[in-house]
Amino acid sequence: MPRWGMAIDLDKCTACQACVVACQVENNVPFVEEGEYRRMRSMSWMKIITETEGSFPDARMRFMPRPCMQCDNPPCTRVCPVHATYLNPEGIVAQIYPRCIGCRFCIAACPYTVKYFNWYAYHDRVPAELQQGDNPDVSSRPRGVVEKCTFCHHRLMKAKDKAAAEERALQPGDYIPACVETCPSSAMYFGDLSDPASQVAQLASSPRAFRLMEDLGTKPKVVYLAERKLYG
Amino acid sequence: MADGDWRKEDDAILLEPIFSTGWRFYATVAVLGALVLWGIVSYVVQYQQGLGVTGMNYPVSWAFYIVNFVFFIGISHAGTLISAILRLSQAEWRRPITRIAEVITVLVLGIGGMNILIDLGRADRIPYLFYYGRYQSPLLWDATSVTAYLTASSVYLYVPMIPDIAVLRDRCTRGWRGFLYQVLALGWEGTAAQHRVLNRAVAILAVLVVPVAVSVHTVVSFVFSMTLQPMWHSTIFGPYFVVGAIFSGTAALLVAMAILRKIFHLEDYLQPIHFNFLGLLMLVMVLLWTYFTFAEYLTTYYGNEPSEMRVFFSKFTGKYAPYFWAMVVFNLVIPFPILAWNRTRTIAGTVVASISIIIGMWLERFIIIIPTLANPRLRQYAQGSYLPSIVEIGIMVGCFALFGLLYVLFSKLFPIVSISEVREGREKTVEIVQERLARYKPGLGKLPQGP
Repeated sequence: MPRWGMAIDLDKCTACQACVVACQVENNVPFVEEGEYRRMRSMSWMKIITETEGSFPDARMRFMPRPCMQCDNPPCTRVCPVHATYLNPEGIVAQIYPRCIGCRFCIAACPYTVKYFNWYAYHDRVPAELQQGDNPDVSSRPRGVVEKCTFCHHRLMKAKDKAAAEERALQPGDYIPACVETCPSSAMYFGDLSDPASQVAQLASSPRAFRLMEDLGTKPKVVYLAERKLYG
Repeated sequence: MADGDWRKEDDAILLEPIFSTGWRFYATVAVLGALVLWGIVSYVVQYQQGLGVTGMNYPVSWAFYIVNFVFFIGISHAGTLISAILRLSQAEWRRPITRIAEVITVLVLGIGGMNILIDLGRADRIPYLFYYGRYQSPLLWDATSVTAYLTASSVYLYVPMIPDIAVLRDRCTRGWRGFLYQVLALGWEGTAAQHRVLNRAVAILAVLVVPVAVSVHTVVSFVFSMTLQPMWHSTIFGPYFVVGAIFSGTAALLVAMAILRKIFHLEDYLQPIHFNFLGLLMLVMVLLWTYFTFAEYLTTYYGNEPSEMRVFFSKFTGKYAPYFWAMVVFNLVIPFPILAWNRTRTIAGTVVASISIIIGMWLERFIIIIPTLANPRLRQYAQGSYLPSIVEIGIMVGCFALFGLLYVLFSKLFPIVSISEVREGREKTVEIVQERLARYKPGLGKLPQGP
């Protein structure tokens, strides 16, 4: 059984936000109206965290793309009262939208704040012309449920179907989330962490590798590669 | 309405509000009913449009409803727990206040539980809690504990009330009320055997209710402390919440007693000594609450963990400082001197302290929940703030009004002071206390006679 993981090389990341846009489009993440944005309800499964170090004129910016960490020990799944979010056998923290009762306990429990709530039926409020561009592989979320990054799980399903149709095993590279595929500077890597030969597994054991707040014991499967040198 | 001349009996004043109805009753019901209606309309709006009509956002995903949930469950500790402890410790002065307390518990517990359901994004999926419920989630611990306490406290309210219902049954035989009393009295005749069974049942219930009550507020705190979030993940949250609950519960009880005393002219039953004793209990709770708060905040401060310190300073000096310091004033600065000084621990004094504590404890729930959510560990992009919307305020007002309305209706149907307990007290208190004193006073009667 593979354990899907991601590595993000912070030396290569230019913070161009292509991953953010790719994710938004791929997963039918609705753009909320201006009023809702001002009320801090916009959703973005992938986000760039910025950190300013020092102050002018010696200020430096650091950037960090933040998808769901797909923890191996997820604090969010533990608290769900109805098994609407759970760790699936391939290591992806999954969401069952038709089952979620909207108690938002998982949002409160996630230390990475990656979970978003549909305060309104935001997807239905997207203009019809824009809805035509929806990705048919991803279900839109109704009002009152929690959603978050799924490592583009639908792509895994599709890749498996395709491999099965071609009567072959799933190859590395068959399944890649939209953010990784889009990244113009190839800063993101994706693959099977349980396969020691895979690039992700090797990067994950690099001396530069760190995980976000790993001291919490959540065991994230998103690995960051620290910057070797600071420019600017 | 009533048969026979009940006005000539002892304790007729306790039956007065049940058998005679004035315009004040209708006016109160109308006002409270209108407020409840406001709450219902607010909820219908929310049900139709979604939780978007609230002020909640990212990352403050829990707010008023959860604050009210914790607050109401806290108030519910007023009754059954205090009544059970007083019964178990055979405090003779408990007699007129047990029922006043128990009714608070039953009503407020229901309203508290309701707030959790109001907070759900998908109220239509409530049955999923039964189909797919998994015990790993502290939310289900809550559901279990709250329903257990609601059941236990309802039974605990009802069983000691049977003799009183029989009194009503004998005086009111007609109409739906006659039928209601007939059924609820369970054929009570007041025989010695019946009294024996009743006393036994009440004693067993009183013992059972105490651990259930403690468990309720403990698991309410577990909803927060089981997460890893800064200033929630604390081992003292269980006892801290229980202390806060008894604290606010006693305050609610005192306010209810003062109001009932005034409206139903119960000066003879609820005397200054009751307020004095409960005031002393509340004084102990002021100190315990302060001690827990101090321990909690000092530990956080001394540990100096960055994500915790952000929450800490948002409470001490930041955005939530007005609420935090208001909480300190309402929970400690105002009530402590009033309750500590004998001259101010009067009826008026304890009521002022109680109102202050009720406000303060509501703020405490707010100050525990909101700042942690508004200052998540990844502070770089998720700095939250929160203001309640008109819908949330409407539902909150509706909840308070619903409590008032149900309380008024209860006191219309049943005597709010236990007639049988008061009678028993009148007949036996002196005897019981003398016997008890004789039991533990060493060498009584053998003391050397003074000159």
